[in-house]
Amino acid sequence: MSVATNNLAREVLPFQVAASGYDVEKVRRDFPILQERIHGKPLVYLDNAATAQKPQAVLDAIEQYYRHDNSNVHRGVHTLSERATEHYERARSVIQHFINAGDPSAIIFVRGTTEAINLVAQSYGRAHVGAGDEVIITALEHHSDIVPWQMLCEEKGARLRVVPINERGELRLEEYEKLLGPKTKLVALGHISNALGTINPVRKIVELAHRRNVPVLVDGAQAAPKIKVDVRELDCDFYAFSSHKLYGPTGLGVLYGKAALLNAMPPYQGGGDMISSVTFEKTTYNKLPHKFEAGTPHVEGAIGLAAAIEYVSRLGMENIAAHEHDILTYATEKILEVPGVRLIGTAREKAGVLSFVLENVHPHDIGTILDQEGIAIRTGHHCAQPVMQIFGVPATARASFGLYNTRAEVDALVAGLHKVQEVFG
Amino acid sequence: MADLRDLYQEVILEHSKQPRNFRELATANRKAEGYNPLCGDHFTVFLTVENDSIKDIAFQGSGCAISKASASMMTQSLKGKTREEAEKIFHNFHELVTGNRHPNGDQPELGKLAVFSGVSEFPVRVKCATLAWHTLNAALEGKQDPVSTE
Repeated sequence: MSVATNNLAREVLPFQVAASGYDVEKVRRDFPILQERIHGKPLVYLDNAATAQKPQAVLDAIEQYYRHDNSNVHRGVHTLSERATEHYERARSVIQHFINAGDPSAIIFVRGTTEAINLVAQSYGRAHVGAGDEVIITALEHHSDIVPWQMLCEEKGARLRVVPINERGELRLEEYEKLLGPKTKLVALGHISNALGTINPVRKIVELAHRRNVPVLVDGAQAAPKIKVDVRELDCDFYAFSSHKLYGPTGLGVLYGKAALLNAMPPYQGGGDMISSVTFEKTTYNKLPHKFEAGTPHVEGAIGLAAAIEYVSRLGMENIAAHEHDILTYATEKILEVPGVRLIGTAREKAGVLSFVLENVHPHDIGTILDQEGIAIRTGHHCAQPVMQIFGVPATARASFGLYNTRAEVDALVAGLHKVQEVFG
Repeated sequence: MADLRDLYQEVILEHSKQPRNFRELATANRKAEGYNPLCGDHFTVFLTVENDSIKDIAFQGSGCAISKASASMMTQSLKGKTREEAEKIFHNFHELVTGNRHPNGDQPELGKLAVFSGVSEFPVRVKCATLAWHTLNAALEGKQDPVSTE
């Protein structure tokens, strides 16, 4: 590939304002890291399903907290502790409104989606799943929504059932209906597949489970940054997501749960803040949500996530979803023009994830060559080895889009793939 | 800046497309599996060892260009070598790909394997280049569990 072609591909088109008024060039200026140059080339960040970059508003909120408000929460009577507590609890209600939960006490801060799922498996699961019972997951799950249930089933002598997918990477609902039965104690599934981008029909799945009084946990790690999530409309019993994929800081996640379920569940971890009173004879646990938040929490994480949510809410989740859909549609069309490309995952309902393989080139080699062009993608099994096995590939290359990606960046990706083919001749 | 051509040298690309000794070895009396969980690379190395020397060597599996070419060229360079010689070559190879050895220095013992010197500019690819070698070590030591580069 010539240098000239490369530059042309990177040139930013002047008119990228969508019908909604979504101005991606303006949005990009909110993300300082997008100015980075990698191997002398402008950064093209297409690894958003792994983690998203952070807008200035998030960086400012965290700095502001440490410069002016830092203290422990729910502890002291002094002013800083009051301020820190106020910010921390305010973050909880920002999140509550973002996912349309009924009450802030239904929002539990955890370390990430993985810990949220482990919390439900260890607390709800150990109390309600017994020998001979069944837990249903799907073939699309991330390892974090497989292994906690496997551990639970192994401990209890229960059985893990898996909803299969079709050749597009869509759940086979008729098989799901067959799996649901009197032994089913819980259903857990991802809202959007991290490996394939498939958007699952969560509302329908919840409805079918609820007909049998089976609760449903939704892994929303990929969905929360991509589409409008309404937990009451979905009617799911648990919803888990991570801050860092939603343009917030790492180390923080959210578990939403219906109050009746959370209230009846035993604590997950013991420690400070999760108790009302402690004697050596007996401990009385704190009320929700504190019952599930042992120890000093990730205060600046919660504040940073609230800033991220306020940021994406200003842009509008519907506008973000429409923008990413436009980028995905354009990328799908362009990448199929590259000879030897095979898309892995072609669901009709799909969010901004493009998983693919290139004939005769291992994804790892694609990743290294694209990196030299400043393009960051993920290569490997994406913590979803069962999905790879179904499609008969050891790994894929995955470009995943965020609210700041442009069509020009898709062009850079395609130019990069031509370079890969040039190297591999 | 690291140059892609230093990494993907012609010899490496050629071996990755047409790996040598890429088969199961019927006469093997040692074998081991190697796995890189990060990228899914997976190889089996077969050895026929007699009197502490490698009479025959072959491999099978799948992986990226670097890991496959490294496995292929490893089989070529180790056939007929004693165990001690093989271990020394691995040591030198490891030093080369981790950048602890001057690539332009005199290193007759590495022979054609010197083409892997470019790997040292790409630290995340060191595991690719050494996977087959770690697997070889496991086979020589008669280890039962698959080796992992993680």
